[in-house]
This record gives sequence, structure tokens and C-alpha cells, in this order.
Amino acid sequence: MHGMTHPAPPFNLSVPPYRLSGAVYSALLNDPQQLQALGDAVHQPPYKAPPRAPVLAVRPRNALAGDGDTIAVPAGHGALRTGAGLGIVIGRSACRVAEADALSMVAGYLVSNDLSLPLASHYRPAVRQMARDGFCPLGAAVPAAQVADPDALAITLALDGQPVWQAHTGGRVRGVAALLSAVSGFMTLQPGDVLLLGISADAPLACAGQRMTVTIAGVGTLHNTLVAEAA
Amino acid sequence: MKTARVAYRGAIHSATPVAGDSSERIRLADGRVVAEADVVWLPPFEVGTIIALGLNYADHVKELAKELTVTAKDEPLVFLKGPGSLIGHRGDTRRPAGVAFMHYECELAVVIGRSAKNVKAADAMAHVAGYTVCNDYAVRDYLENWYRPNLRVKNRDGGTVLGPWFVPAAEVPDPHALALRTRVNGQLKQQGSTADLINDIPALIEYLSSFMTLQAGDVILTGTPDGVANVNEGDEVVCEIDGIGRLVNHIVADTET
Repeated sequence: MHGMTHPAPPFNLSVPPYRLSGAVYSALLNDPQQLQALGDAVHQPPYKAPPRAPVLAVRPRNALAGDGDTIAVPAGHGALRTGAGLGIVIGRSACRVAEADALSMVAGYLVSNDLSLPLASHYRPAVRQMARDGFCPLGAAVPAAQVADPDALAITLALDGQPVWQAHTGGRVRGVAALLSAVSGFMTLQPGDVLLLGISADAPLACAGQRMTVTIAGVGTLHNTLVAEAA
Repeated sequence: MKTARVAYRGAIHSATPVAGDSSERIRLADGRVVAEADVVWLPPFEVGTIIALGLNYADHVKELAKELTVTAKDEPLVFLKGPGSLIGHRGDTRRPAGVAFMHYECELAVVIGRSAKNVKAADAMAHVAGYTVCNDYAVRDYLENWYRPNLRVKNRDGGTVLGPWFVPAAEVPDPHALALRTRVNGQLKQQGSTADLINDIPALIEYLSSFMTLQAGDVILTGTPDGVANVNEGDEVVCEIDGIGRLVNHIVADTET
């Protein structure tokens, strides 16, 4: 068998567990405005009711990329939905963790850009739209002790060096502690796993040729350039 | 030669069957022969991305038809699973307290051996390293219609049972003609054939590799046929695929003691 064919994500961290495991989970629909935008459709088929448990997706290893990597926009697709957000690096095995204890399970935080083809529906897992090569770049992690309040961080997206959009890690359906607690209620998170807090409702689109720079105050900056997929 | 990965006396070993031995012993790579019950069976290869199929047998689609809003003609229903859900042969899977419907799913697991991107169906089988058996548990009580099947249903600790053996592709003349079955406490509950896959292995590799690079060690769980039924604490669940293996799992309570 051959090894990895894609660049490894930035695996190192200056505090235990010192490196990422490669398992990355992304919270979906964790901005209340995403559900509000659906209006009454939330109660209609196929959804029938608002989500109860955290909505999650797995980000596979082919999707992981690092700071500075170029990312291919598939042929036939004009733009990608950007996915600027906060990544939570797990420091200790977290199973059925109470919300009050959840932040003690965190080793650090990183900047992520959880890209997707634009989605028409939230009914099926959307692997074809999200799990594409390089679609989940992760920045370098900073130790949790350097981040006073992970639910109060400004997020900025610049395209080609121009700030185009601002968001905030706060105001989520579940903030960092509540999300980690709820997820650990049905699956154990291990040291080095990454849990993405989730994108914001109005995340803008970006096209091939554009340079994306995601900055989270106090956490870091993640640069990636979109290129047209080679024919 | 089919191989297993087992833990024995403090180390992880590769193991092979003992030829002509009917006493359920296996041979470690260092030559020691041990009883299969004396080792801890791990998933039989280093597992990369876990890619699972839903609704990939026509009879199972019919079985679930009452609650579905799709037909088999739609794009393959693919979902991904995380490494925390993996467990080996002879392991215990916990049944959450108070649920009404937790069921097994016997599936042919296809192990990728060579990177695949934009591979056509006609060339796809060259990217297959081999096969194993999967029991891909679901807890239907937790189904929600957002990115369904959601992880609370399909990605629970110990809910992806893999093994016992990794069987090289060269030892499986036709992976689309394998009988599979599940027995619960010895009683036959589920029966099917990989001949009835809606999307066969080449079609799945073509579809998946059209948008993601498959890598060596990635595994495709090809879906389950008709015949899923609830399991309870104390049940022995055996998923078997002819020529691939007989995968044993036990259901235990979800208590912390």
C-alpha cells in the first residue's frame, strides 16, 4: 500500500497531545441564522422538525490541507462557499463530558476554512459537496491557555487581501463548551481530534484565482488560494 | 493469505490462519500459535477514511420504503464515519439505555490498495486491495432528517465492527457473487447476496473517486440487504460473508460499571 498522496495537515502542537490525530469533525447548522433562513421549511418534509442533537460531518484525510496550500475548484463549479471558523483541538479523551468541564478537555484552537460546493439541501450527508480534496484547510494550533474566551472571537475573511466579511464565534446554537459536551455524549473524542465549531450563515463565496485569508483574533491566520481544477 | 491484526500479551501482531486447524487457533507473525479467544482482535488493517453506503440493496430500500423520500435512482447515499467507531472481531458493542431499535448491518467492506482519483469503472478493481466483513450498527431512535443518517445514529463508539480477516482481492474471484447473512443468537435474521448491490464496487469507486482521492487503507462499506432487526443486551450477533469471514460481536449494556 502507498502512503498519503496529499499534504499532511499541520500536525504539530506545542502542548499535549503535541499533534493532531487526523480525525476532524465539523458541526453543521450551528449558527441559528442558518435554520432561521429556512423558515417554515424546517418543519416540512424532508426535515419535519428542527435538529435536536448536534449536526455533524466527518472531514476525511483527503480533504485536509494546511496553511498556504492551493485548493482546486472543480471544473463546472463557479464558486465555493467559504467556511471560515474555529477549530477545537481535543487534549484529553472526552466521553460524556459535562458542559462545565468541557473546556478542560481542550488542548488548543486553530483557524479552519471548511469549504463546500454550494448546497441546495441539508437532508443528505453531502459528501460529494464537502469531502473533496483539500476542502478543509486547517491552520496552526495555539494552546488553549492563550485564548481567554473561545466564544468571543472576531473572524475576518479577506479575498485577495481585501477584508470582505466579518463574523464572530459567539451566538452559536451551541458554543464551544456546549458543543463539545453534546458531541461527547454519543461519541468519544480523542486527543488530537479536531471539532470545528461551524461556519456562519452568511459565509461568502470565493472563486478560482482568489486568495482567501481567514483570521481569528488571538488564534491565527490561514491562507489558501483557489485554483481552477486542471482539465 | 488472509491476515488479521491482534493484540497479544502487550503487543500488536499480524496473524494468519493455521492451515487445516479446526481448533480455532491462529499463527502470529513471530511463529507462535495461539487460541483465537486468547487474543484481542483489532480491525484487520490500518483503517483510513471510512466511507459507508446507505440504501445500496434493492430489497433493503423496499424494507425502509415507508420512511423514505428518495428512490434507488438517486445519487448513491454516502456518509463518512470516524475512527472512534471502529472495533474488532469478538468485541462488545454498547446498546444505549432506553432505545427501542438498534440494528446490525452485515456489509462487504472493500479495502482500497492504490490511490484512486477520477478512475473509471472499467479500471476500478485494480485499486482494490481486498475485503473484510463489517457490521455497521445503527440506532434508529436517534435518526433526524439533517444530513441523514446523522452521526448520533451511525458513528457511536464501537458501532463499526470490522474483521476478522483481511482477504486479499486475488483470493476473491467474484466479489459480486458472495452470500452474506446475519445470525442473532444462532437464528438466521438477514440474508442476501452482493449480486444485488445497486451500485456495485466499480460503480462506487468511479463515483467516489470523481470527487475525492481514495487512498490505500480507505474502506468502502457497501451497504446492507433486507432483514435488519433489533438487538438486545446479551445478544451474540454474527455477520458472515462466504469466503471473507465470520464476524462475531456481542451486545452489552451501556453502563459505566
